[in-house]
Amino acid sequence: MGLVQKIVTWARIKSPWIIHFNTGACNACDIEIIAALTPIYDVERFGVILRGTPRHADVLVCSGPVTRQIKDRLIRIYEQMPEPKFVVAVGTCACSGGVFNGCYNVEGGIDQVIPVSAYIPGCPASPKAIIDGVVKLLASVDNASRPAKEAVVSGT
Amino acid sequence: MPEREVKLTIGPQHPMLKEPESFLLTLRGEKITDMTVRLGYNHRGIEKACEGRTYIQDMYLVERVCGICSHSHSTCFIQAVEEIAGLQVPKRGLYIRTLISELERIHSHLLWLGVAGHEIGFDTLLMYTWRDRELVMDILALLTGNRVNYGMNTIGGVRRDITAEQIPQILSTIDTLEERTKYYVQVGTQEITLRERLSGVGKLSKEDAIHLGAVGPTARASGVNRDVRHDDPYAVYGELSFNVITDDHSDVYGRTLVRLGELMEAYKLVRQILKQMPEGPIVVKAPRKIPAGQAISRYEAPRGEDVHYVKANGSDKPERVKVRAPTLANVQVVAHMLKDGYLADTPIVIAAIDPCFSCTDRAIATTNIDNGRTDRMDWPTLRTYGIDWYSKQGIDFAELNRKLRTMRESN
Repeated sequence: MGLVQKIVTWARIKSPWIIHFNTGACNACDIEIIAALTPIYDVERFGVILRGTPRHADVLVCSGPVTRQIKDRLIRIYEQMPEPKFVVAVGTCACSGGVFNGCYNVEGGIDQVIPVSAYIPGCPASPKAIIDGVVKLLASVDNASRPAKEAVVSGT
Repeated sequence: MPEREVKLTIGPQHPMLKEPESFLLTLRGEKITDMTVRLGYNHRGIEKACEGRTYIQDMYLVERVCGICSHSHSTCFIQAVEEIAGLQVPKRGLYIRTLISELERIHSHLLWLGVAGHEIGFDTLLMYTWRDRELVMDILALLTGNRVNYGMNTIGGVRRDITAEQIPQILSTIDTLEERTKYYVQVGTQEITLRERLSGVGKLSKEDAIHLGAVGPTARASGVNRDVRHDDPYAVYGELSFNVITDDHSDVYGRTLVRLGELMEAYKLVRQILKQMPEGPIVVKAPRKIPAGQAISRYEAPRGEDVHYVKANGSDKPERVKVRAPTLANVQVVAHMLKDGYLADTPIVIAAIDPCFSCTDRAIATTNIDNGRTDRMDWPTLRTYGIDWYSKQGIDFAELNRKLRTMRESN
């Protein structure tokens, strides 16, 4: 790995900017994601900052099952993000569709629509699990021998 | 140069929004002249899914209508089912239910206070309130085993009892939170920037609040004294003493004061509940199959009145479940409040009703039986269709409308 590449990877790991997108969640996971950013859990100490636009973000944090109406929008947001990009599915619904599996308006988990890099299960995923997932994702990016696109699962 | 009308779409992904919703604002300069909401991004079809699952499964599904007021939805649903089944829930079970619902109100109002601070660029308030909110989350996790989506209810009572060791822990947390809330009340009433930013924003007169059917703190901040806990007591609210907080500011500032006042009342209620809680069983055995019947249940969620309708047909699955979440009642009010306001006030005015679109989202699609064509109906067409359909059934709305109008005028 060249020096420039090393610096780029270092910068990426030290300040992953995230965008949060609710794809049809019940709000529980969204609130837990925000709770993870506030003083008690404080993922900002890992350099994580919540951004308002996908064009600024490295990590797309999705919560909730993909509804039929949001599907196109989710793909559009994913495509707007610059490479390299990572998707984190927060909550059981985002991982697999959860209790909403089989509902007429639900497509299923996030991975039915876009590739997912990390799965954080839980209903809702607690802030501790979210931190664990974020740290594991960053470690997988850091580990050059391991392909970054391989999914990690929090809590394992 | 005359100002042109500009149409501005906000959402479904927008830094202002926490949930995927779409608003179409019509602007003339900085002023908003019109707003339409496009719902449905969060629509999952829970009402339909309920029909295919048993009552016990539905309870957990209904809890996930909303991840902030999850206990509200599950309690509201269960109250309807218990009414159909004719179950007498033991007193202690009802007390525990009420305790959780008040703790939920505390967590929801603290959350709102932080979000409101964030929307006006006062992130310090967000960080402060969310830090304190973790205290009540810890108590909820201690009592129920989960931070959100508690799974505390079951048909005929609650699933977990409260032990004697937990009570002092709850009380000491409530004391700390009360101290902190007093500080927020001080900030709310004395901090000039906060007061000036929120005063006069999102005006809603008392007449409009009644006319548009506002519920919860949004209505109470416009001087409408309406609270299901007081007007139509459910669970054990009839045995507890508390004040319904109202305010006459009729703006976002008033809504902040109402929520702060309700926090203080909630602390009082939690202490009363723990003091008055009787000994005894927490649950009665419920039949797996619920006899045929129907019931409507009302519940004062942190955001306002929640209404559930359940129709049972004698099997172990309901025939119809209908949810009217508080935000659905308040979303029309937002359109009214935004009119003639400034674009920069949009985030805080929308946030002021404490919107929860995952509760609200619904889709309307109609299928014509004659030719099998599926159409989307707009609101006026659907309304006319409904009136026609009912008049064919022999129900005339003209008389009801007249009664409603006289009621409004006498109000």
